Amino acid sequence: MTILQAKDVVKSFGQTPALRGASMTVRQGEILAVMGPSGSGKSTLLHCLAGILVPDEGEIWFDGQRLDTTTDEHRSELRRDRFGFVFQTGQLVPELTAEENAALPLLLGGARRAPAIAEARAWFGRLGLDGLEQRRSGELSGGQAQRLALARGLVTGPQVLFADEPTGSLDSVSGEIVMNLLTAAVREQGTTVVLVTHDARVAAYADREIIVRDGTVSTLTGVQP
Amino acid sequence: MSVPLTLLGLLEREPSHGYDLKRDYDAYFGRGKPLRYSQVYATLGRLTRDGKATPGPVEQGAGPERRRYIITDAGVADVEEWLSEPVQPEPDLQSELFAKVVLALILDRPAGRYLDIQRAAHLQRMRELTELKSHGDPLDVLLADHALYRLEADLRWIDHTAARLEPLAKAVRR
Repeated sequence: MTILQAKDVVKSFGQTPALRGASMTVRQGEILAVMGPSGSGKSTLLHCLAGILVPDEGEIWFDGQRLDTTTDEHRSELRRDRFGFVFQTGQLVPELTAEENAALPLLLGGARRAPAIAEARAWFGRLGLDGLEQRRSGELSGGQAQRLALARGLVTGPQVLFADEPTGSLDSVSGEIVMNLLTAAVREQGTTVVLVTHDARVAAYADREIIVRDGTVSTLTGVQP
Repeated sequence: MSVPLTLLGLLEREPSHGYDLKRDYDAYFGRGKPLRYSQVYATLGRLTRDGKATPGPVEQGAGPERRRYIITDAGVADVEEWLSEPVQPEPDLQSELFAKVVLALILDRPAGRYLDIQRAAHLQRMRELTELKSHGDPLDVLLADHALYRLEADLRWIDHTAARLEPLAKAVRR
């Protein structure tokens, strides 16, 4: 079943076109890798799918709803309640403790503090972060910070996790730990993942890949040697 | 790497003497391992026997080389099929990948499409190896990692090549 779809999406920044008619679908529960050279438009595509950017032309559909024509307020709600995000660098709030950072989407959604923190803490053991609950982000290693960002991305139980180069700032071993934890967690939860990466070893964790090139999508999967 | 199919690919460009084939094979694909003449003529003999190529008329006064070989429709079909299939993505077997890209460029065939097919095959193999790592013993993981890094290197080469097809095509069709 399709959960997300882009239809002929066009998006430009000033005079510079980033997407020139990109079409693709994401199936419920799959991990989809979005690959392509730098500047190909893969991050722009992710931002359009996630309702962060609104396309100039074309349509974005999520779970039977048109995302690009809905209100900004509704898009914000969807981003907060139904989507999770992990970016290349954790984008953690330095003033907050690790558990407060992980609980942030729940707190911003209006949850009471105690249950939100309890929900966040449940992720610490699963992501190998036990004992780090009170640390500030500056006291975490790069790998720990990305695992914390992953906890924050998954804490609301999102339908779709958007991950943009989630291991891009990590060494290969730390990156592998993050990807193993990410895939185990989303498989268990049935979360759909849109994973933007230029790294083939990261893409190899996905169920399939699409290639974005010059703002359009080419698919060539299932070809066997 | 398949010498017969590579020679057949060179024949698709234009009917050629055995000498021309050896010279071009060595220039494009030899890389310090030139073909022997005996190998060229034995291969041409087999291609003729199998209906993939046919010797042209004997040419008068053209030195010791008396005839050019011409590719048949069956030979063209073989080249076409070979170029459209990805190489089995295993480390150390990639010279065939190189040969396919160069030939596709020489023959003005869709080299980008071929690279896309190969990329998909490589990524599929990398997925299998990554899956194997998730429940393999440590030695399996070590071996899978080695293969993954080698395949990744190929993929980087594939992407780099795909980004430079136009100047490469100009260079090989000189």
